[in-house]
Amino acid sequence: MGEAKTLPAAGGGEAVGFGDAVLTIKGLVVKYNTFRGELTALGGVDLNVRRSRIIAIVGESGCGKSTLGLSIIRLLPVPPARVAGGEIHFAGKNLVELPESQMTRLRGTGLSMIFQEPLSSLDPVYTVGDQLAETIRVRDERVGKPSYGPFRVAPAPEESHRTASRLLGARLPRPRASRKYPDEAIKALREVQISDPELVAAKYPHELSGGMAQRVMIATALLEKPSILIADEPTSALDVTTQAQVLELMRELRDEIGASVLFITHDLAVAAQIADEVVVMYAGEIVEHAEAGQLFSNPMHPYTEGLLQSFPRKFKDEEKLKAIPGDVPDLRFPPSGCKFHPRCTYAFDRCRVELPLAKEVSPGHRVACFLRQ
Amino acid sequence: MPTLLGVTLITFLISRVIVPDPARTWAGFRATPAAVAALAARYHLNAPLYIQYFYYMGGLITGHWGVSPTSGRPVLSQISQYFPATVELAIAAIVITIIVGIPLGVVSALHHNGKYDHGIRFLYLAGFSSPPFFVALVIILVFGYVLNIFPTQGELSSNLAPPAHITGMYIVDSLLTGNWTDFVNSVWHIVMPATALALTVFGIVTRITRSSMLEVFQKDFVRASYAKGLAQRAVVYRHALRNALIPTTTVLGLLLGALLSGTIVVESIFLWPGIGYFALQSIENLDFPSIMGVTVLFTLSVVIANLLADVLYAVLDPRIKI
Amino acid sequence: MASTRKFQLPFDRNEAAITWRVVKSSPMTLAGAVIAVAFVALAIADVVTRDAILPYNPYALTTQLLRPPSLAHPLGTDDLGRDVLSRVLAAAPIDAEVAFSVVGVAMALGLLTGGLAGYRGGLTEEVIMRVTDIFLSFPGIVLALAIVAALGPSTLHSIFALVPVWWPTYTRLARAETLSVKSQQFIDSSRAVGQRPSYIIGHHIFPNIFPTLLVYATLDIGNVILTYSILSFIGLGAQVPTPEWGLLTVQGESYLRSYPWIPIAPALAILVVAVGFSLLGDGLRDALDPRVRGTFG
Ligand SMILES: Nc1ncnc2c1ncn2[C@@H]1O[C@H](COP(=O)(O)OP(=O)(O)O)[C@@H](O)[C@H]1O
Ligand SMILES: [Mg+2]
Repeated sequence: MGEAKTLPAAGGGEAVGFGDAVLTIKGLVVKYNTFRGELTALGGVDLNVRRSRIIAIVGESGCGKSTLGLSIIRLLPVPPARVAGGEIHFAGKNLVELPESQMTRLRGTGLSMIFQEPLSSLDPVYTVGDQLAETIRVRDERVGKPSYGPFRVAPAPEESHRTASRLLGARLPRPRASRKYPDEAIKALREVQISDPELVAAKYPHELSGGMAQRVMIATALLEKPSILIADEPTSALDVTTQAQVLELMRELRDEIGASVLFITHDLAVAAQIADEVVVMYAGEIVEHAEAGQLFSNPMHPYTEGLLQSFPRKFKDEEKLKAIPGDVPDLRFPPSGCKFHPRCTYAFDRCRVELPLAKEVSPGHRVACFLRQ
Repeated sequence: MPTLLGVTLITFLISRVIVPDPARTWAGFRATPAAVAALAARYHLNAPLYIQYFYYMGGLITGHWGVSPTSGRPVLSQISQYFPATVELAIAAIVITIIVGIPLGVVSALHHNGKYDHGIRFLYLAGFSSPPFFVALVIILVFGYVLNIFPTQGELSSNLAPPAHITGMYIVDSLLTGNWTDFVNSVWHIVMPATALALTVFGIVTRITRSSMLEVFQKDFVRASYAKGLAQRAVVYRHALRNALIPTTTVLGLLLGALLSGTIVVESIFLWPGIGYFALQSIENLDFPSIMGVTVLFTLSVVIANLLADVLYAVLDPRIKI
Repeated sequence: MASTRKFQLPFDRNEAAITWRVVKSSPMTLAGAVIAVAFVALAIADVVTRDAILPYNPYALTTQLLRPPSLAHPLGTDDLGRDVLSRVLAAAPIDAEVAFSVVGVAMALGLLTGGLAGYRGGLTEEVIMRVTDIFLSFPGIVLALAIVAALGPSTLHSIFALVPVWWPTYTRLARAETLSVKSQQFIDSSRAVGQRPSYIIGHHIFPNIFPTLLVYATLDIGNVILTYSILSFIGLGAQVPTPEWGLLTVQGESYLRSYPWIPIAPALAILVVAVGFSLLGDGLRDALDPRVRGTFG
């Protein structure tokens, strides 16, 4: 587990003995209890996350990327999910065993997560400004700061007022002209490149575009300054231009507040654009983890190799695209030995019976494959 | 509006077409042939149906809902005499229903498929399946006769003078006039009948709250709210419940319908001088004009409640624009 | 909903087996099933044996007036010396008769109108659904009450009056189910091979929507009994001296203070039977829900 490179030590609170990692996952096993049998979505995941890094987690759909993200912030749907083993160390605590009350205090300011569908990640009945104000209040309550006053449960939205007046055919007394939202909320919106923050703050989520909504989600994260932001396919639902802007915001998050970003994606192009490190997952296991440049230029695991070959790169367009033969395994009945062996062209006898463990083959480059050991 | 027209068309059909002998029925069973003939002429009962419908609608709108053969008084004036007591009882029952029904739905959803959920589901199924008279009788027996806590009959003790008439609702009137004795006494009287009514209908609210909470729990924003660090209480009440209440408004009409139906039994048992009591008296006397009056009143109330529910829905849900 | 079901008749062996497994796995559903079966069995046995299976003749007057519950009379006797338990049990046939006729007729009407609306679409659908909505906006008891009051109080008239309360629900259900079945492929292929609409309705649509309607019918048996007993309670349903639960309750109401079992026992009987059918219906609905079926299938 020794890190070759020396990096600035992480901000306070990291567990002793794990180098400069802000987050350390050891042997994490997560199972889903489905009606057709139990499936192992994560089969012993080890991962070190250093401070101020963007780590792309890539792999085909169903390989357990979201499950990994959700288990770190402990928002797995329980049941059917259950953590069957392993440890997650963050801020000096093992999150797997942490009582819910303490876990709640870590969410948002310590660990935060944004999701693929930004529009449905916002509560449809409150304005953007109200939801940001709520975030600020939660954050400030933790450090005992005076808050911006109570979160309004029954806002007097212009829209409802207009609707009610029209329906009743009478003009109701107007509610307070326009709500004043906390300056900090407006500032956060401006930081995520929203040009007229006051206007957007007064809007309801359904009045936003997907890109706008995702920026609001990022603004939420900015307000809380988490040490780790888990972003689960945050750009998959967005168009290319918006996607680029969101990626830029992720970089700012890393550079300005020193957050680490676990950037989950199935899109290697996106990973190549943004990642400092890349983690490749297959069938619930991490098969390769390396610096981004290293991984793209020198993939060591046959699966990574296959992924890269199936992915069109402009500068290699003379090369034929090759899809990986075979199918993703059914996680209820995973293959013996290396999970990838049925699809692997290099597989030999040992691969069929023994599970390869991840080894550091060169500094900072870990691979779980017998070919490389 | 089309619903209103449709509903009145059906009450018209019931009162003029499916009745074997409309004139006789409207005049009452003790009426003389001359009186029957006079009534037929007065209400144009021998005219073609579409003409009759025209007069029927005219009567409904102008407040001529017929005359009770039993008391000789206009139906509408009797209804307005009994109406306040029912409004008062219904409001009390709705308050209890909401106070009990919504939290039970939330608890049930939070313990989805757990012990509490099963227990609550059984409770509201039993509530749905209880005849209102069963609930009323058991409540009277236990709290009225055995424990002797609450009075079993009426709106006010007979030794007290009713408060000055303002709205006709004793609780409201006694409050407005500062008559504390009457206020306490009438609140004491409303507890049992309102509870009896609420027990048979709270399931409507609990069931929809439960199912819409379960639906909202699946939404991404619930997960996102946890992710930004909200405690469970805040997520459940501020976000999930607030969203779940939107579909809950759609059962308002259903709730009022069940409640008003229940008043016929409950008011009779508790001798509560409201529309339900009046309805039962009318049934016993086979006072057809009064029965139809109550039918129209209850149905219109439900139709209006449904319209209100639409308004409420739009107010609660910023996505709806009309 | 119906997407997993195909050409088979409502309950082929496999379907029935899955349904049974789902029902069996829930104690509440099982309890409901037991109550429902016991109720129907009692009703049939009572009719067949002409009250001979009851402990006492439910109509026979005796001199043992207003006796408290004892071994001989588990629920005591009423003001005319009749055995209360026997009178409560003797009410099963009439309540069963009303419930099954109302639900049966309502279902048939609903199947017809709803199937037609769903299959034909257009103006037919528009008209049928408008009328249905209007009936649905009446509070159930109030509509029934007005009709019985117009026709005159009796059990037969109660049945007439209750049908319009119940058929609209079935129309809606049948229409929704028809629409979902109609959108499936095998209907298109039947049409493509030139089968007549009546054949398609009879052979494809009805068998597919029938199970869902049956589940609702189960739920409704209890509701109809409940409503009918309310009609009887207010004097518009069964007439004296028929033993009927609502009527028995109202007759015993004045004895509540001193002889509470007289009015409470028949009212409780309604509750038990209605809860039983609700539990069973709820469980069956789960059993037909593909998400739950997946658990067992
Ligand atoms: N709620 C759930 N219930 C049952 N199985 C689930 C659930 N969520 C995910 N899974 C299973 O867990 C595995 C990993 O899923 P997921 O973490 O969503 O993968 P990814 O995000 O990489 O697409 C998949 O096989 C999926 O079918
Ligand atoms: Mg995913």
